Amino acid sequence: MADILFAIALFLILLSTGGFIVYIIKQREKVFLLSCITLSAGFIFHTLFLVSQYFTLGVAPVISLKSSLSFFAWCITGAYLVFHVRFRLRVLGSFVAPMAAILMIISSVIPGVEQNINPILRSAWLVVHVMTIFIGNGILAITFISAVMYLIQEGQIKRKTLGSFYKRLPSLETLDSINHHSIIYGFPFLTVGMVTGAIYAQYALGSYWRWDPKEVWTLVTWLGYAMLLHERLAVGWRGRKAALMSILCFLMLIFTFLGGSLWLSNYHTFRNLGAGAGL
Amino acid sequence: MTMIIDIGMNHLSAPVELRECFANDPGKTGTALACMRESELIREGIFISTCNRIEALFTTDYPEEARMIITSMFSRLGGIAAEDFLSNLYIFEDLDAVTHIFRVASSLDSMVVGEPQILGQIKDAYHRASVTEKTTGVILNRLMHRAFHAAKRVRTETGISESAVSVSYAAVELAKKIFYGLEGRKVLLIGAGEMAELAAKHLIGQGVESLLVANRSFDKAIQVADLFQGKAILFEEIGHYMVEADIVITSTGSKDFVITHDIVRRSLKERRNRPLFFIDIAVPRDVDPAVNRLADTYVYDIDDLMTIVQENSSQRRDEAIKAERIVQEEVIRFERWFKTLDVVPTIIALKERAEALRKAEMERSLPALSQLTESQVQAIEALTVSLTDKIINDPILSLKNKAGRTGKDTFLDVTRKLFNLDMENQKRS
Repeated sequence: MADILFAIALFLILLSTGGFIVYIIKQREKVFLLSCITLSAGFIFHTLFLVSQYFTLGVAPVISLKSSLSFFAWCITGAYLVFHVRFRLRVLGSFVAPMAAILMIISSVIPGVEQNINPILRSAWLVVHVMTIFIGNGILAITFISAVMYLIQEGQIKRKTLGSFYKRLPSLETLDSINHHSIIYGFPFLTVGMVTGAIYAQYALGSYWRWDPKEVWTLVTWLGYAMLLHERLAVGWRGRKAALMSILCFLMLIFTFLGGSLWLSNYHTFRNLGAGAGL
Repeated sequence: MTMIIDIGMNHLSAPVELRECFANDPGKTGTALACMRESELIREGIFISTCNRIEALFTTDYPEEARMIITSMFSRLGGIAAEDFLSNLYIFEDLDAVTHIFRVASSLDSMVVGEPQILGQIKDAYHRASVTEKTTGVILNRLMHRAFHAAKRVRTETGISESAVSVSYAAVELAKKIFYGLEGRKVLLIGAGEMAELAAKHLIGQGVESLLVANRSFDKAIQVADLFQGKAILFEEIGHYMVEADIVITSTGSKDFVITHDIVRRSLKERRNRPLFFIDIAVPRDVDPAVNRLADTYVYDIDDLMTIVQENSSQRRDEAIKAERIVQEEVIRFERWFKTLDVVPTIIALKERAEALRKAEMERSLPALSQLTESQVQAIEALTVSLTDKIINDPILSLKNKAGRTGKDTFLDVTRKLFNLDMENQKRS
């Protein structure tokens, strides 16, 4: 059942990715509408998949790389749909949908280890910890994408080579404002995720902070985002500098996520989570 | 047989002095439409008048006489003798007229191809004719709606109205790619000149809130500022106001750079990195090109803008071919509908004749049916209706199929004779 839901979600997201790519080339309103509807349908099936996973496993479906990548994709899609309601920036979908699709494909290809659930993982704190961190990641992915779009557009205007992206991308201020808002929304989720993680660690392991590499790297990333937010709000950073910084921060975030999950960490790795040997 | 005719003149057929005589004036449109309504030879009419063209579009059964009426009306509207402008008129008939109107609405016949105003002007003209003066009917209503549809397709399916083909317009387009919107922005205009003022005018048209004007001569600055309800500032204050401005247009006769790297760099911190867009129309240039290297600052000089305009013009030519194809498609669609109009009167006559016969026979038989109950009489009534419908159904279908094909006239003729449609008319009269 869950596999079918996931397959449908993956299919719909791939379909909408194709649609969004056609949209950015052809600029047809109908293509956009169809892609957006397909993506929303994919999101709904994905949500159903996650809910069914939650009930069968009894824990949030994020304890393996496989499932967390799929959850990451869900967060990005969700963040995009919410931003679409707010900003109506169509072309963003052409960047978000492929990203979500790639994460979903990777998730569907790598083998999952969903057996042997460590009882310590059955905790509401863990659910909140993981949920908020990933929602934060999803929104910060929008920050990253808008920064990339900003640099493309800014480069074209600055160098006076107004290529095909020039017409399709929105104005610099629009992109900057999306970047700005997505940090403002994403950062608190990241923060809450870290705090709840610390509380969960205290409850499960007896200490708030263990200098685990993933914890340290997350802190570094968090400080990066905190600095960016501070510079934006207090010093008036914007535009190119802010875009570069948000790209750097997101790369750190991805590094933390993959590195920390796969090989750097002691107890945060999925191998340990899955085997029940860690923690 | 009703014909669609379009008589008019545009920027290609008539010089500006002549077009001025018919200058866009609501009173004249009213007069023209009233003239078309009062003439018995003209069935439906629309009058379009903009600063670049006049068009009288009408349907008539008497093309020669109607043409005379329209030219004499033009002569009265413009206050000039017909001989003085006859050679500047073009006359299109039937599908040529349809094609012409579709092209005009799609902005393919405009002086600046793809400019968006013309569609609005035609919509206004149609509204005036159809709602206020009530001079349109079945054919022109359909024709105009198809014209709007064609125009919409051209706009959405081709890039014809996307690219800027004038320097000032290109500058506005660029500003829109830098700023979220132009509402509430501040423009600083340094120097004077036609092109700079045109760019300022375009920007104000897009919602720019305030305009600052600086000039070496303060008198001149005040003069230009009054023109746009802006504010004049001293030349020495430029550095200070650079902090507030979002868009700076420069067009001075100065040989040296008026805007140096230093002036801009100093304002950056106070601007808190808000983007700053320089439009440098002056030759030699007023803005140091090095300014473009500063963060969040964009400098476009006249050459840069000209390059954009040239690229856009060639792109627009390609798109125009696509647009002409769309217009052709829509004309063919309209043609199909227009041709069915010929058979419509015969079909209606056929239906009326059948219904009249049915009613007469029904009335004649009623006394004999007095024994029957109400519901039985109704059943017989229904029977006669469906019987007559069935009998004339196939003739109607084959007439519709013949619409717009050769041999149609023979079919119409035979139908009228077989069903005695014209005899019936005679009896009535």
